[in-house]
Amino acid sequence: MTITEERQTDAPEGEVGRSRRRKEDQRLITGRTRWTDNIQLPGMLHLAMVRSPFAHANITAIDTDEAKAAPGVIGVFTGADLKDTQGVNANAWPLNAEQKAPEHLPVAVEHVACAGEIVAVVVARTAAQARDAAELVDVDYEELPAVLDLREAVKDEVLTHPSLGTNTSAFWKLDSAEQGSGGDIEAAIAKARQDGIVIEREYRQQRLVPAFMEPRSTVVDPTGEQLVVWSATQIPHILRFLIAATMGIPESKLRVIAPDVGGGFGGKLQTTPEEFATIAVARRLGKPCKYTETRSESILSAHHGRDQIQKLTLAAERDGRVTGLKVELLADLGAYVAIVGGGVPVLGAWMFNSIYKFDAYQFNCRTVLTNKTWVDAYRGAGRPEATYGIERLMDELADEVGIDPLELRAKNWITHDEFPFTTVAGMTYDSGNYEAATARAKELFGYDELREEQRRRRESNDPVQLGIGISTFTEMCGLAPSRVLGSLNYGAGGWEHASIRMLATGKVEVVTGASAHGQGHETAWSQIVADRLGIPFEDIEVLHGDTQIAPRGMDTYGSRSLVVGAEAVIRAADKVIEKAKPIAAHMLEASVDDIEFSAGRFGVKGTDRGVSMPEVALESWTCHNLPDGVEPTIDADATFDPDTFSFPHGTHLCAMEVDTETGATKMRSYVAVDDIGVIVNPLIVEGQEHGGLVQGIAQALWEGAEYDDQGTLVTGSFVDYTLPTSADTISFVTDHTTSPSTTNTLGTKGVGEAGTIASTPAVVNAIVDAVRHLGVNDIVMPCTPERVWKAIQAGAPVSAEGEREAAPHFDEGAPNQADPDPSASVEGSLS
Amino acid sequence: MTRIQVTVDGVSYSDDVEPRTLLVQYLRESLGKTGTVVGCDTSNCGACTVHLDGVSVKSCNVLAVQADGHEVTTIEGLATDGELHPVQQAFHECHALQCGYCTPGMIMQAVDLLNDNPDPSEQEIREGLEGNLCRCTGYHNIVKAVQQAAKAGVTS
Amino acid sequence: MIPAQFDYVAPETVQDAIAALAEHGDDAKVLAGGQSLLPILRMRLNAPGVIVDLGRIPELQGISEEGDHLVIGAMTTYAALLASEAVSTHAGVLSKAIHTVADPQIRHRGTIGGALVHADPAGDVGAPALALGAELVIAGAGGATRTVAADDFFEDLFTTAVRDGELLTQVRVPKHTGWGAHYEKFVRVSHQWSIVGVAATVRSEAGSIAEARVGLTNMGSTPLRAKAVEEALVGRPATDEAVRAAVASVADGTNPPSDLNGDSDYRKHLATVLTRRAVLAAAGA
Repeated sequence: MTITEERQTDAPEGEVGRSRRRKEDQRLITGRTRWTDNIQLPGMLHLAMVRSPFAHANITAIDTDEAKAAPGVIGVFTGADLKDTQGVNANAWPLNAEQKAPEHLPVAVEHVACAGEIVAVVVARTAAQARDAAELVDVDYEELPAVLDLREAVKDEVLTHPSLGTNTSAFWKLDSAEQGSGGDIEAAIAKARQDGIVIEREYRQQRLVPAFMEPRSTVVDPTGEQLVVWSATQIPHILRFLIAATMGIPESKLRVIAPDVGGGFGGKLQTTPEEFATIAVARRLGKPCKYTETRSESILSAHHGRDQIQKLTLAAERDGRVTGLKVELLADLGAYVAIVGGGVPVLGAWMFNSIYKFDAYQFNCRTVLTNKTWVDAYRGAGRPEATYGIERLMDELADEVGIDPLELRAKNWITHDEFPFTTVAGMTYDSGNYEAATARAKELFGYDELREEQRRRRESNDPVQLGIGISTFTEMCGLAPSRVLGSLNYGAGGWEHASIRMLATGKVEVVTGASAHGQGHETAWSQIVADRLGIPFEDIEVLHGDTQIAPRGMDTYGSRSLVVGAEAVIRAADKVIEKAKPIAAHMLEASVDDIEFSAGRFGVKGTDRGVSMPEVALESWTCHNLPDGVEPTIDADATFDPDTFSFPHGTHLCAMEVDTETGATKMRSYVAVDDIGVIVNPLIVEGQEHGGLVQGIAQALWEGAEYDDQGTLVTGSFVDYTLPTSADTISFVTDHTTSPSTTNTLGTKGVGEAGTIASTPAVVNAIVDAVRHLGVNDIVMPCTPERVWKAIQAGAPVSAEGEREAAPHFDEGAPNQADPDPSASVEGSLS
Repeated sequence: MTRIQVTVDGVSYSDDVEPRTLLVQYLRESLGKTGTVVGCDTSNCGACTVHLDGVSVKSCNVLAVQADGHEVTTIEGLATDGELHPVQQAFHECHALQCGYCTPGMIMQAVDLLNDNPDPSEQEIREGLEGNLCRCTGYHNIVKAVQQAAKAGVTS
Repeated sequence: MIPAQFDYVAPETVQDAIAALAEHGDDAKVLAGGQSLLPILRMRLNAPGVIVDLGRIPELQGISEEGDHLVIGAMTTYAALLASEAVSTHAGVLSKAIHTVADPQIRHRGTIGGALVHADPAGDVGAPALALGAELVIAGAGGATRTVAADDFFEDLFTTAVRDGELLTQVRVPKHTGWGAHYEKFVRVSHQWSIVGVAATVRSEAGSIAEARVGLTNMGSTPLRAKAVEEALVGRPATDEAVRAAVASVADGTNPPSDLNGDSDYRKHLATVLTRRAVLAAAGA
């Protein structure tokens, strides 16, 4: 029996815990939305981008004459025309002082380092005229050799940016012995080689496209006192700061608005070349300008995600107790170090050890530039990669030891009575109960029955084999304690801000710095404030996403909104109560010490006398009879900087059927039991989980951005970048166990990325489990039918009896394994 | 320019359009029907789905001139007399949307699906929506919403 | 997203359409359902000067029965074909294949004639047209018509027997009443073009296969008919073993493409598995 179940049977007394239907929905289901592309301003001009078809080239000449003469064209601007006014797309998280980061100009001036870079901007009276004229811009390129492959890039034989002299951007390391959080990794591996087990694997995190449904769009109005920028962005506040910091516009002269934003998943936490180019052109022309990308432009030019090669060495005792993990990452940054692109892989540093107690740990990450689209955060950002690596390894170790993979995990995980627990990576987890989540998941999944069916199918040599995949994950979210960010050279803080405005009519405005784009902040924040202030849910309006309305904020990403942003809201609400108390006391002719606040009412202890919150709000507004020295407002602000991260966890179980004749895979069932602490709105939480699951499953099965040898993105539209549809997915079973977080008022943990982080290894583990008896121990993602079928063809049956051989060590020719030569050079270069 | 006469959400419009104008552009830019949105350029995503003479089409894949003399219903014309269409209501009840960008197209296709098959199985719902991409919901609650609307006996 | 400029004509008769094509020559492009053409125009992969829209020609619409043939107007939509009991009764494999095309919205607009003339080897109507021995009626200048057998219709990638200035007007399908039918489509995600598809239609007698017709999708530059397999199936019992042997060579001589969804050899392997499955399903086994 889980806490969730108890809560479900007992309806919550307050708003928190209720499945409130969302306030946001009404406008979205009736088409009364304000997407950026919907905005029309008087005299507005439209932009079209001329983009490089080449992955690497020098721009030798641009002829814009014909384009300028085309119907409706107002101007054509090259990088040279804009170079003094266009600002720069900044990297806000240099890994260290030595990091190499090429200057990333919105419109390239002399050099393009990936296909899709903007080389000229055409402005016309209609979008169609701009597009027509863009075809007439004649650009001469001197093509340069491009480096596209990560292993090749490490060799520095062909350079992404010849002027940098190397493709390596930075190297970053965490070592448990050096920082005092654990033992020596080399000693652990050496010992395991002698009398234990060493599992060595390379895994590929393919390149992904975030593929938010709303293409990015920017509208700039330069005609007022403030320059107003509407953009389909997750980060209006950070965008405002970076426009000011790089374009020479005073921050006070800038207003950035993220209106309705159609999804992000990390893909809209960038400051984009398109935004900066649109601002530069609008300022130049003094006219409102709009740029909206096509989907093909979005897939090519909005940042990509993941793209790593993970070299992993796991040391264990013969019984399966893990003694150490060494991680060597090569992370492909693409052509530029994006806003937090260099830091994303490093977020995995604290997550490869996951829920386990390892003696020794070392994390090495080399970030590398290649002539491809730049890479940055995509849902999970660093944590899915780490979770994939360790959860795949735990299955491999279980096979090596010869025990059930859940049993192996239980042998290594932190038990519920060990919290708070400081991990070998040096992170302190406040709470969790891995046993409870796993027990519940097994029960819902029918684990033993499915294992039995698997056995039967194997024995009968059924063409359709069944596999069970496990992922027991945790993650760190709620980005982030500002001091930690500072220690990592991150360019900003991780706090969040909120304001509560108590209106004279009893209504409440809640202003949050967390800028939502589908998460349901308006509903969840209303629930929280309703409970806190005793105001009806319907009387609360949540405002966000406009720097004029919500001037302070750090925006929405990294599963931070609830644990950081809503904590600020709670603290602001508590300040409102404290400010209201003296006024209430005065109204009631009582001492402040005798005032109690409960359910929206200020009462006098021991009496039935009291006044409501709206009455106090009105009293403060009229200001006719306030106590001396009391400010005539009960509005309050709060800024909250977290002390630590949030550590949700869960156990996910997945059953996959594999058609061994074709390699086709089919999901049979998926159970996710997540512990995300106290739940504010179960309906919204489930929605986040479902969507997260499908994105993670899609990495395992369907998605992958692929370039050809010339550096052309082959998967450049939704025809080839294969997102799953409703017909490709199933309904999920989700449930919760609850160990409240101890680091925030409500006991909440983040949930936005959990499903994505957990599901990818669960699916791949299930597929490998289905065909392991056919000699398969890995399949490269995405696990296409062709790859699955070929893995089965290549597999050599493993004898079920007899002495087991030591685990393979980077076998040449095995899937995912490096050619001996480049991997040796990687190892050498990391030392 | 070509003269077209189109009825959209019950109102008759007569306009000169360039033949290359897509129906979705005409709806959004000429008529201000911005509830219908564009999500891709290859007709995969279905975000622009509207009804043309009562059946669902991708309005990015129809020229405005092809709609001459025909009747279009968009998401903005689905609710009647201020009452949400039962499918709209079910999307709200079942939390079948998050960012909401795919939602107009998804709802219009769900209505079409139920017009065609008032009592669909889960598999039929999933196949009936295969031309509409959603990146937020994982489709789980969308399927539930269509099931709920079907139970309510929806036909429009 | 926005096509290049073009002029637009919407003739109301086949003869007017042919006249428009004659007038504009190479500069003209025929618009049928537009579900493949419009994405091409939007991506500016093609920029014709004139679009000739066949959508307002009544004589190109509709399904009728003429003796032992179904006669399908070239501008008949997938949705109309799916709704037709005549088609599901007499040309079951065509119904089954069309059910897998793209998605409902596209099936509301896309037409059988447009798809056949577009002749994308990964499209799903070519293989059933071959399997059913369809005849394609083509109209040319001066009202002349000629009929081409499906076997002779597909000439190369995106190339058919329809010449410049001609129009496909009708698809005549010999009735395969009582034949079992199945279309086995292999995709990674449901809105994809076929990686490989197999159309099979089978007439059974006393538990054996009396006649079989098999068409292959995306196994070369055109849809293919697997005649050797059809012959090998005759007289076989509809058992896994018997059919497996008969279809083993189905990929011989094919030249399927290699791409991200699978290389040529994998497609050849798929064709053997899918053909077996399609034939067995068509035979009701």
